[in-house]
Amino acid sequence: MPKTHHVRVRLNGVDHEADVDPRVLLVHFIRETAGLTGTHIGCDTSNCGACTVLLDGRPIKSCTLLAVQADGSDLTTVEGLMHDGQLHPIQEGFHQEHGLQCGFCTPGMMMSALALLGKNPNPTEQDIRWAISGNLCRCTGYQNIVKAIQYAGRKMQQGASA
Amino acid sequence: MIPPSFEYLKPRTVPEAISLLEEHGENAKILSGGQSLIPMMKFRLARPGWLIDINHIPNLAYIREEGGYLKIGGLTREADIESSDLIRSKFPVLHDTAFVIADPQVRNLATIGGNLAHADPANDHPATMLALGAQVVATGRRGERIIPIEEFFVSIFTTALQHDEILTEIRVPVPPPGSGGAYFKVERKVGDFATAAVAAQATLDGQGVCQGVGIGMTNVGPIPIKARTAEGFLKGKTLTEITIAEASRLAAGDAQPSSDSRGPAEYKKALVKELTKRAINRAIERARQ
Ligand SMILES: Cc1cc2nc3c(=O)[nH]c(=O)nc-3n(C[C@H](O)[C@H](O)[C@H](O)COP(=O)(O)OP(=O)(O)OC[C@H]3O[C@@H](n4cnc5c(N)ncnc54)[C@H](O)[C@@H]3O)c2cc1C
Ligand code: FES
Ligand code: FES
Repeated sequence: MPKTHHVRVRLNGVDHEADVDPRVLLVHFIRETAGLTGTHIGCDTSNCGACTVLLDGRPIKSCTLLAVQADGSDLTTVEGLMHDGQLHPIQEGFHQEHGLQCGFCTPGMMMSALALLGKNPNPTEQDIRWAISGNLCRCTGYQNIVKAIQYAGRKMQQGASA
Repeated sequence: MIPPSFEYLKPRTVPEAISLLEEHGENAKILSGGQSLIPMMKFRLARPGWLIDINHIPNLAYIREEGGYLKIGGLTREADIESSDLIRSKFPVLHDTAFVIADPQVRNLATIGGNLAHADPANDHPATMLALGAQVVATGRRGERIIPIEEFFVSIFTTALQHDEILTEIRVPVPPPGSGGAYFKVERKVGDFATAAVAAQATLDGQGVCQGVGIGMTNVGPIPIKARTAEGFLKGKTLTEITIAEASRLAAGDAQPSSDSRGPAEYKKALVKELTKRAINRAIERARQ
């Protein structure tokens, strides 16, 4: 048996730690060790982006990173969006603009959107399509996802100026 | 899919990483961005017994101009190359290249050192580095050695690096005034490897005569290919529609594609011809800016 390693991360603002086998992927650490199943496994081959989470603010595919590599990092998953019982503007945008159908891609889409809006609060349609180019959706045709992210951007700017 | 079992090691310095590579021999592999290695391990195409994670070694990720070279640390992420103002303004061909590699999530982890060391003929940086005449800095037990990029790619997935050497830096000579470059890639969808792609870097004098040109081609052979016949033809010639068309035809001749799920070999040759033309034209446009 390979030597286990102690992994400690800050996950949606809460510390999580465990001893893990090096071959455990981050997505399994998040879903099974930390019990947060909002992050989905789609293709499991680094192609679909359903497993996207933020690692120190940057979107990455958690099916293609070892949990041991995330040791010491700050992680955000879809569960980190809601605050004090209030939907995050991104969640509200997907609701208002029908940015999902089956919802399988949605947690990953929202993480890519969160990283984009953090850097660029007023993105063009092209900026949005670039930011979600690593997230596949089999249902919506992307049109309403773009609108949902635009909605969130507007709402977040209003929030910031209010 | 979970990778087969391995031991994980996290060296804090380059010498420590090198001694771990020596200690564990061929059974050890460097883990950089992991965006090629982890998928290969999940598919059982690679089964290293030891992973030497170089991500915790300080001072291996940087982009700077120094002593007539652009120097990029081996651990530099594609996303940082893509957003570098220095690269965008002075090495636009490299900006073009990073921008079309994989997708944003992969680019946040994938490194330029891994892209070159992996020596997948489908990877995008090799062609661009061939066009730019780059040098690889390999660090081993006996210190650093410089490998010209033309000698770096030996065969598919095999480079001139020794097992216990780390690609610590890639150096690109700063092009003289009157230079420009561009990378054109055809992919089936975002995130796909190239069906074919071409990098061109050209230097022109005041009369529009080509002082030098580098042309590299992606995924049209077992290793990344330098279009030597096309380069030799253009040097010293005025770049016109006619000479560029002839160089593009010659570049297609230098390519050795095989037929696969991305298309028949003849189609890929036709792509190389067209992409070479586009890359040279954009390079000239940029050289004149
Ligand atoms: C969905 C997807 C799409 C992709 N599309 C593209 C694409 O369009 N174009 C493209 O070019 N690439 C593409 N890639 C590959 C990606 O760019 C890889 O990240 C890259 O090929 C390897 O870089 P890495 O840092 O991830 O290396 P790793 O996966 O960590 O390592 C790859 C290999 O290189 C060795 N290695 C790594 N760093 C060093 C070093 N410093 N010194 C010596 N050896 C080293 C490792 O031991 C390993 O054998 C894609 C990947 C994915 C998952
Ligand atoms: S599950 Fe990770 S990219 Fe598809
Ligand atoms: S809503 Fe079904 S995959 Fe996107």
